[in-house]
Parts: sequence; C-alpha cells; structure tokens
Amino acid sequence: MSSRVQRFALPIVVLLVLLAVWSVWAKGGGGGATDFPTPGEVLSGYADQFRTPEGERAPIIVKHVVSSLFRTLSGFLLACMFGVPLGLAIGWYTRAFYALNPLIQMLRPISAIAWIPISIMIFRRDDTRSIFLIFVAAFFPIVVSTAAAVRSIPQVYIRAAQNFGLSGWRLFKKVVLPAALPQVVTAIRVSMGISWIVVVAAEMVAVQEGLGWLIIDARYQGARTDLIVGTMILIGMIGLGLDTVLRKLETLDQVKWGITRRD
Amino acid sequence: MRLRGVQKTFREPGKPPVEVLPGIDLDVAKGELICLLGPSGCGKSTLLNILGGFETADEGTVTIDGQPVRGPDPRRVFVFQEYGIFPWMTVWDNIAFGLGEKRFEEKLEIVGHYIELVGLRGFEKTFPQQLSGGMRQRVAVARALAVKPDIIFMDEPLGALDSLTRLKMRAELLRIWQEEKPTILLVTHDVDESVQLADRVVVFSARPGRILEVVEVGIDHPREFGSREYTEIKNRLYELLGVKHAL
Ligand SMILES: Nc1ncnc2c1ncn2[C@@H]1O[C@H](COP(=O)(O)OP(=O)(O)OP(=O)(O)O)[C@@H](O)[C@H]1O
Ligand SMILES: [Mg+2]
Repeated sequence: MSSRVQRFALPIVVLLVLLAVWSVWAKGGGGGATDFPTPGEVLSGYADQFRTPEGERAPIIVKHVVSSLFRTLSGFLLACMFGVPLGLAIGWYTRAFYALNPLIQMLRPISAIAWIPISIMIFRRDDTRSIFLIFVAAFFPIVVSTAAAVRSIPQVYIRAAQNFGLSGWRLFKKVVLPAALPQVVTAIRVSMGISWIVVVAAEMVAVQEGLGWLIIDARYQGARTDLIVGTMILIGMIGLGLDTVLRKLETLDQVKWGITRRD
Repeated sequence: MRLRGVQKTFREPGKPPVEVLPGIDLDVAKGELICLLGPSGCGKSTLLNILGGFETADEGTVTIDGQPVRGPDPRRVFVFQEYGIFPWMTVWDNIAFGLGEKRFEEKLEIVGHYIELVGLRGFEKTFPQQLSGGMRQRVAVARALAVKPDIIFMDEPLGALDSLTRLKMRAELLRIWQEEKPTILLVTHDVDESVQLADRVVVFSARPGRILEVVEVGIDHPREFGSREYTEIKNRLYELLGVKHAL
C-alpha cells in the first residue's frame, strides 16, 4: 500500500477494531459497569441531541458546542494577547526575566481546576467564569514557552543582525520575533489543546451550559450513559478539528523552518 | 588594522581563570588576506570576536583606520562558523538584509550582482533549509559582500563542507577577493587552506594562543599545489604546529 493510502486506511482499521471490541464488551454487560452503552445506543443518543425542539431554530447540541467554543476561543485569545508579549519581554530583557520568572514558575503548576472556587467568587456570569479559567490554563504555558523561545535564539543570529547595524526595535522586529516564531506557534497550539480540555472541566462545575455541563446533566437525567459517551466523542472530534486548524500555521514558510517533524 | 597587547582571560566563578590570549601584536594592511592558523581551542575565534567587536579585550588596543573598535560595525562584516544566515528569510532577503533602507531598485541591483557572483542565480526565493551547506555558505558570503565592507572576518567558513566543495569554495573566495579587494581575516584549521589563500599566515601556539610566527606566502595566484615553494611553506607550517614528524 502506498503511504497515502495507509494514512487513511490505517486509522479507519483501528477505529473499526475499536468499535467491534467496544460493541462486544458493552453487550456482554460492560465488564460489570452498569449499563455501558453500545455504539448503536450512542448513535441513537445523538438523535436526541441533534433534534431541533419545537420553537427553536437549531438542535440542542448546537447551543452547547457554541458556548464551549466561544469560551475556549475567548480565554485562549486573551491568553495569547497577553501571554505572547509578556513572554517576549521576559525572554528578551534579563531584568524582566529575573523579576517575573520565579512568580510565573510558581503560579504555573497550579491547575486551572484549583482556580474554580476563585472564579466563582470573583465572577457572576457563567461565560466570564469559564473564560477566566481557560485564560489561566493557557496563559502560563504561553508565557513560559515564548520566553524560552526568545532565550534560546542562537547568539549567531543576534550577532549577525547587530553586525549589520540593527538594534532596539528593529533588531526585535526583524530577528528576535521571527527567530522565536516557530516555538511560539507550537506553544500556542499546545495551549489551544489545554484550553479545550479545561473548558469541559470548568463547565462541569462553574456553569449551566456547554459540553461539560451536558455530561453532568446527562448523569442527572437518570444516568444517560449514551449521552455521556456521545458527548465525550464529540469533544474529542472538535478538539481534533481545532488542532488541525492550528497545525496549518506550522506549514507557513515563516514557521516551517523551525518545526522538525518526521513524516 | 593594528593590534597591540590584546589580552583576554575568561573568568567564571568557581573555576580557575582561563587565559586565552596572552597579548597579541599584529598589523594588517588594507586588502590583505590573512589566515589565522592554530590548534583547536587556542583562542582564534576569541581573537576574531574581539576584532569584530562582539567581545572586548581585557587589555590592549585594537584600532582600525586609527579608530578603536567599540562594537560591531557594518563596515566590518563577520561570516560566522555556523553561517548565521536567517532560516526564516529567502536567499534574496538574506543577502539584502544589510542594505537597510536603500531604495528597492538599488537593492535589486546589488543583490542581483552578488547572487550572480556567488553562483546562486535561480535560488533567490529559496529558503536556506533547502540549500546545501556550500550554498548556505555562499549566501553568508554574499550577504557580507553586499554591504561593501572594508574588512571581512571569517571563522572557519569552510569547516563544515566536504573536501571537494571546500576546494571549489576556496577558488570562489579567491576570485571574489580579487574582484572586490576587501581585507579578509580568515580562521582555519587547515594548513592547505591557508597556503592556498593567504598573503600571510599567522600561526598560533596552543592555549594561551601566542603568535609563533607570521609566515609570508608570497606565491602568485593561481598557486600550484605541488610546487616546491608551496611544499616548503606547508612544511614550515606543519613544523610550527608541531606535527611535521607525525605524518
Ligand atoms: N565565553 C567563554 N567563557 C569561558 N571560556 C571560553 C569562552 N569562550 C571560549 N572559551 C575558552 O577559550 C578557549 C579558546 O576558545 P576559542 O573558541 O577562541 O578557540 P578556537 O581557537 O577558535 O578553537 P577552534 O579552532 O576549536 O574553534 C577555549 O579553551 C574555550 O574553552
Ligand atoms: Mg573557533
């Protein structure tokens, strides 16, 4: 088989095998787990979620996907807007690094989940609560990786630029920024993934809408495990979609040179 | 260019200080091609970095055209061992990098000239990653030449190339030097390279790098590899480096 065919065929084969195993296992009683849904039940669960109720314009699920996406993207974009410039500054100015690095390294290991009570105390609206949590989750990795990207720029690039008379802002714009860009893009992509993970967790506790809430809600609706598993699969697929979009950034000429990938 | 008593010692807390340059005196005339030859770790790169303005000497003075060196300067361009061309820029943009705010038409002409000179026509829009080592090296040389520097510092510019490419690049370097007539200071490990290229070869001892001798080559270009004079100078250099009887 050519590698192109393999690229499509192999994951499909894996998926089919997985479905078969799941199906057999669920029909045999789910290994003791009460009422684990079969693939067929999950599919018919989707029928419920994708139904458009009377008087509404879109299926129920759309509202939840939209609010999860809205929160994720808002928190993530805010984290980029503040995190990238801060990371660049910390990476470039040694004083800023000395001053802020210990604080950031201390805040970074605190899971976004640990911030949930604080977010509930500070913010009234569901959206702001989740956006805040996602911001916290994405901000620190972006700052840390961006700063590391700047600090690891080979000295030879900086010296070459200085040799041609560049300094200050022009040096930053023409050399520091482009030299750090590939690592920054990778950091952004990773943080997007983190954001999507965190939004679900946040919605399970702090809010009344979204994919995370949907999972909790399905549990209270008489343990609708078909809806729970269905929503999980949906979360995974949307996450994959988001990552695919951001991966496109890595194929730009300005970024590609710094991304080593084996395929 | 005039060096007087250039001294450099690296001091790191918790380690004994490393004396690298014990006090170097050297004069280089305009348009000369000088090779700096010496064992690994003797301080050649350190000296070149001081001359280029990237590091400062602890003692002694370096003056160029009567002016002390205070930092990097576009009139004196460095070609780094790792080339230092920018992987996020095309060949054209790399070569145009030092031309700053010149008009576009002017850049077009200058860059075109040097792309031609180093034989990279057709690769203007290529990114460095798609080039071979020798081609990258030529981009670095073209970028340096494009600003019409008085002096070019080269730190083992051909070190990473295979021996055949290296021979070709030496020939090109000579041709370019004869056409453009910059002063060139070139660091090398390679005895042949220095005999083929240099007007004078400055031979350093092991660290701390003292100047053992400045050997005049004085053979007209093109130089015959096997000629008597060539072999004599080569032997002299090997002798200075202490490896004559090892071969
Ligand atoms: N920044 C530094 N701090 C401490 N020691 C240094 C530093 N830079 C160089 N040295 C030491 O100074 C000595 C000379 O280094 P240098 O790079 O000038 O050698 P070189 O002659 O260029 O060697 P090579 O031919 O292998 O490139 C080495 O022993 C090195 O360990
Ligand atoms: Mg060196």
